Amino acid sequence: MVRIARPVTVDEAVEALSEEPGAQLLAGGTDFCVEVNFGHRRPPAVVALRRVDELTHREVTDEVVTLGAGVTYSDLVGPLSGVVPALTAAARSVGSPQIRNAGTIGGNLATASPAGDTLPVLAALGARVGLRGPGGERTVALEDLVTGVKRTSIRPDELIVEVAVPRVRGSQQFVKVGTRNAMVIAIASAAVVLDRDRREVRCALGSVAPVPLRVPLAEASMADAIDWERMAAPAAALTSFGEIAAEAAAPISDHRSTAAYRRRAVAVICERAMRRCLRDAG
Amino acid sequence: MARDNVVAGATSAPPGEATGTATATVAPRVGDDAPRPDGIPKATGRFAFSSDLWIDGMLWGRTLRSPHPAARVRSIDVAPALALPGVWAVLTAADVPGRPTFGLEVPDQPVLAGDVVRYHGEPVAAVAADHPETARAAAEAVIVDYEPLTPLVDPAAALGSPPIHPDGNLFRHLPIRHGDPGATGTVVVEGEYEVGMQDQAFLGPESGLAVPADDGGVDLYVATQWLHVDRDQVAASLGLPVERVRLHLAGVGGAFGGREDVSLQIHLCLLALRTGRPVKMVYSRDESFFGHVHRHPARMWYRHHATAEGDLVKIEARILLDGGAYLSSSNAVISNAACFAPGPYRVPNAVIDGYVVRTNNPPCGAMRGFGSVQVCYGHEAQMDKLAAAIGVDPVALRARNALHRGDRLVTGQVLTGAVPVREVIRAAAARPLPAPADPDGPVIARPGGAGLTADPEDITRGVGFALSIKNVAYSEGYDDYATARLRLEAGAGGEPVATVVVATAEVGQGFVTLAGQIVGEELGVERVVLAPAGTAEVGSAGSSSASRQTWVSGGALQLACAAVRAELVSRAASKWACPTDAVEVSPGALRRSDTLERAGWAELLHPPIEVEEVYHHRPTRALDADGQGDAHLAMMFAAHRAVVDVDRGLGLVRVVQVATGQDVGRALNPLQVTGQIEGGIAQGVGLAVMEEIVLDTGRVRNPSFTDYLIPTTLDMPVVDAVLVQEPEPGAPYGAKGVGEPPAISSGPAVLAAIRDATGLPLSRVPVRPADIALADPSG
Repeated sequence: MVRIARPVTVDEAVEALSEEPGAQLLAGGTDFCVEVNFGHRRPPAVVALRRVDELTHREVTDEVVTLGAGVTYSDLVGPLSGVVPALTAAARSVGSPQIRNAGTIGGNLATASPAGDTLPVLAALGARVGLRGPGGERTVALEDLVTGVKRTSIRPDELIVEVAVPRVRGSQQFVKVGTRNAMVIAIASAAVVLDRDRREVRCALGSVAPVPLRVPLAEASMADAIDWERMAAPAAALTSFGEIAAEAAAPISDHRSTAAYRRRAVAVICERAMRRCLRDAG
Repeated sequence: MARDNVVAGATSAPPGEATGTATATVAPRVGDDAPRPDGIPKATGRFAFSSDLWIDGMLWGRTLRSPHPAARVRSIDVAPALALPGVWAVLTAADVPGRPTFGLEVPDQPVLAGDVVRYHGEPVAAVAADHPETARAAAEAVIVDYEPLTPLVDPAAALGSPPIHPDGNLFRHLPIRHGDPGATGTVVVEGEYEVGMQDQAFLGPESGLAVPADDGGVDLYVATQWLHVDRDQVAASLGLPVERVRLHLAGVGGAFGGREDVSLQIHLCLLALRTGRPVKMVYSRDESFFGHVHRHPARMWYRHHATAEGDLVKIEARILLDGGAYLSSSNAVISNAACFAPGPYRVPNAVIDGYVVRTNNPPCGAMRGFGSVQVCYGHEAQMDKLAAAIGVDPVALRARNALHRGDRLVTGQVLTGAVPVREVIRAAAARPLPAPADPDGPVIARPGGAGLTADPEDITRGVGFALSIKNVAYSEGYDDYATARLRLEAGAGGEPVATVVVATAEVGQGFVTLAGQIVGEELGVERVVLAPAGTAEVGSAGSSSASRQTWVSGGALQLACAAVRAELVSRAASKWACPTDAVEVSPGALRRSDTLERAGWAELLHPPIEVEEVYHHRPTRALDADGQGDAHLAMMFAAHRAVVDVDRGLGLVRVVQVATGQDVGRALNPLQVTGQIEGGIAQGVGLAVMEEIVLDTGRVRNPSFTDYLIPTTLDMPVVDAVLVQEPEPGAPYGAKGVGEPPAISSGPAVLAAIRDATGLPLSRVPVRPADIALADPSG
C-alpha cells in the first residue's frame, strides 16, 4: 500500500519528506500519474501538495516575477497572462485545458524532462529556483537545477517552493515544434529574449539536448549584429543566428523525430523567433 | 448469477430510452434528423461504457504479453504468480479446454501462445485476482523463458523467408486480369506509394465482464462489433455448445473495425469458468494498442496508361499489404484493395496483383475503409500525375474517366446501382473555397498551432482533390444476413408499443435512432423500445462494419414491420370474418372497407404480435482465377477537396477546409450522416498527416495517446458536406452506407493539397514534418 501524506504547509511537507525517504511529491500529477499508469513508477509513499496554499503564491514587481511552485499552466495563461509573455506562450502550448488546470510550474521543473515546455523560457530569462529542505532554503540557477534527462540537483528531502523570473525590458518569444497543432510533446523548442537594457540576446533550446540548452555563441553573434537603436538586424544575421544555434544543439533520433529534423527545426524557429522579437521591439 | 445484478453498461440503449418516448407527439420517420438517445449521456459522462461494468464480488483479469516480436517459449512458470495472496487463477495455453486458436476467417491465432510468440504483445498468460493491482503483480510474477528469434518484419521478404506459422507466410495473392493485358496507352505514368500503419484509436478501451452461469455456461458483457461471431469463437475455445455462451452488448466506446476480432473475450470467459467468479477486464490505453488489429500498411506500385486526350487505357498495379502475425480479415482486405485499385474510373484493361503476407509485425485487419483507403492514395496520386503529364485539369480528368451506371469494374462486374460519380465531383468542386489566410488572424490557427511556429510569410496554401470507391457489406459470396424481432403490444393506455430486438451492435453508427425511425415510418408507432442486444435473445445481425447495418439490419426490421402489419390485418380479418384485402390499416386503427367497421390496434394485441425476420442481401459471387466475378453488393462514392496551409520550413500542416460530395443513396438521418462524414474526415486527415504506429524491428514504439497522435480541434478542418441522394435500387429506403467513404478519399485529397503547396512528390503517408522540411526541392 502506498502511504500518502497530506501536508498543509511547506514545513509539514518538508517534514513528511524527511519521514518518508523516497516519497514522491504529487502536485498536478500530469507526469507522475502517467508513469504510474504505465507501471513505470510505484513509490512507497506520496506527499500530496494540493493543500499547501503557500505554494500557489505569486508576486509581481518591476524587477522580478515570483511564482509559487504550485502555479498552474492555466494560471500563466489566465491571471498571469503576459507578465512573462514567453512563459505564457509556453504554458499555452502544454497539453489540453484539463492538463493545464492540473499541471504546475514546479512539477515541470522537478520532472526535468528535456521536453519540459517552460524550461527553455526559464533558462533564457535566468530564472532562479527556491528550494526548501530540513536545513532551510536555498536558491539555485535553473542551469544548476536541471542536471540531465529527468535529473535534478534537488535533494531527496527538498521540494521546490518557488521560481523567481527576472523581468526583462524587451521582447521575448517562445516557439515549439510538434507533429500536431496542439497537445503535443515538443520535438524542438526555443525561447528567445532581447534584453534592451543590457543589449543582450538570450536564447535557450528545448528537446534537443538532455537539458535546456543556452547557446552563447549564437547569442553573442546576434547581439553584435543588432542595431540596438533601431532594433533591426540584417536578414543574413537572423539566418546565421539560427544556424549557429542549430550547431550547438545535441539532438537525438527517436520515435517522435530524427536528429536531422530537430537540428533543422532549431535553425528555423530561432531565426523566426528572433525576427518576431525585433518586429515587436521595432 | 442473475443478470439483474449487473448494474452498469449492460446496454448502450436502456429500454425506454432507445427512441420515441412518451413525450414524442409524432412518430419519428425515415429522413428525420432524429437525435441520438445516447448523445447527451455520452457528452456529459453519464453513459455506461463497457469499462463501467461492475458486479459485486468480481475478480480482475489481466493479460501477460510477449515483449518479443518473435521468440520460442521454452517454459512458463506460473507458480510465483499463484503464490501471491489474492490471485485466483493463472492460465496458459494448456488451460484452454476447447479449440486452442481463434480467428475471423481461419482460426490461426492462439488464444494464449504455446511454444512460440509471433508478435510484440501476443498474449501468453491470463490472470484473475481480487484487485487490479494484484492482477498486475501476478502477471509480472509469471516467469516466461523466451528464446528470442530474428523477427520477419519486412513484408517484401515474407514470401522468400522460412514460414513463421504452419499456414505459411502468404495469406492471399489475388490477381485481376481484365481486358487486354498487352494494351498500352500513349501517355504512361508510374509511381510507388506507401501507407503507414494506422490505428482505430477508439476512446473506450477493450473491456468486459464475464459471469459464470448456473448451467455451466457463461454470460459475457462486452463491447464488440459482432456478438454472434464472438460467441462462436468463445464457445469453440471453451469447448461449450453455443447456447451456453451468451454475449450481451455493453456500451461501446468506438470501434472502426478494431472490435471485429476477439481480444479479451475468450480470456475473460476462461477465467470466469476456472474461478467460478465474475471477472472483469479493462485494457489500459497502452495495452489497447496491443489488443486489437490495425490498418494494414501498404506498399504499392502503379502504372497508368492513357490516350493523349486522357482516357484511361490500362492500369497495372502491385499491392503488398503487411498482414502481421495472424490472418484476421486480411483476405477480405486484399480483395477490396485489388478490386478497387483503379478507383472509381472506367478502365478497360487491367493487370493487378494484390498480396497480403504474414510477418512478425502486429496483426492487421479491419479498419474503416478496409483496403480502399490504401489504394486510394495510389490511384489518386496517379490521376494527378496523369493530369500533369497530359496537361489537363486534374478534376476534369477524373470526371472524364468517372464510372457510370452500366460500366464494368475491373472485376467484370457491371454496375447496376446508383453511380453518381460525376455528381459527387461536381458537388465537392462547387463548394466555395475558404477565404485566404488572414495575416492578422490568430497564430494558433496556422500550421504549428499552439506552438506559434509560423508567420504569414512562412505559409503556402495548396488545394487537392480525390475520389474514392468502396463497397457496402460483405463480398465474394458471403451471406452476411441480419435478423430482427419485433413485438407489438398494447401499452398501459392502450397505445401501441413496439419492441425491437436485434443483435445489431451500436458502435456509434446510429441504429439506435434508425430502429425507431423505421418502425415509425412503417407502422406509425411512436413508442419504440430498442431491447438490449444479446445472442440469447435473437439471431445474428452480422457485424457493425462494412457500412452495412443500415442496409441489412434496417432491411430485416423493415421486413419485420411488414410481417406485423400483415398479422394485424389477419387478426382483423378473422374478427370481422372478411377477406384480408378488405382490411385497411392506419396508425393505431383498422377499418373494414365494405362495412366501415373500425377497431383499435389495442383490441387485437392480445396476445401481443411477435415476429422474427431474416434479411439477406442480393447474393454476391466468388472471384475466379482472373479476379473476375460479381463479388460486390453495391458501391459508395465520394469526392473530397482539401485546402491546406503548409509551413515549408518546418514541414508542418494545417488542414483548413475539406469540402465533400458524398453518395449516400438516401440520408435516413441527415444529422447522423453529417456526423459520420465529419468523424471520417478526422480519421482521414489523421492518416494523412500524423497517425502512425511506429515499429522498430517489430516492436511498437508509441503505444500511447502521448505519441500516437490523432487530430485535435486545432487539426480538424472546417467540413463542407453535400449529400448526393440518388436512391440505390434494391436497398431498403434506397440508402447506401455512409460510414467509410469520408475516411477514404479525404486523406488523399489532403496529401494532394500538400503536394500542390510544396511541389514535392510526397508518396508516403503519414507525411512527416521531415518529409517536407528536409526534402530535396529538386525531387
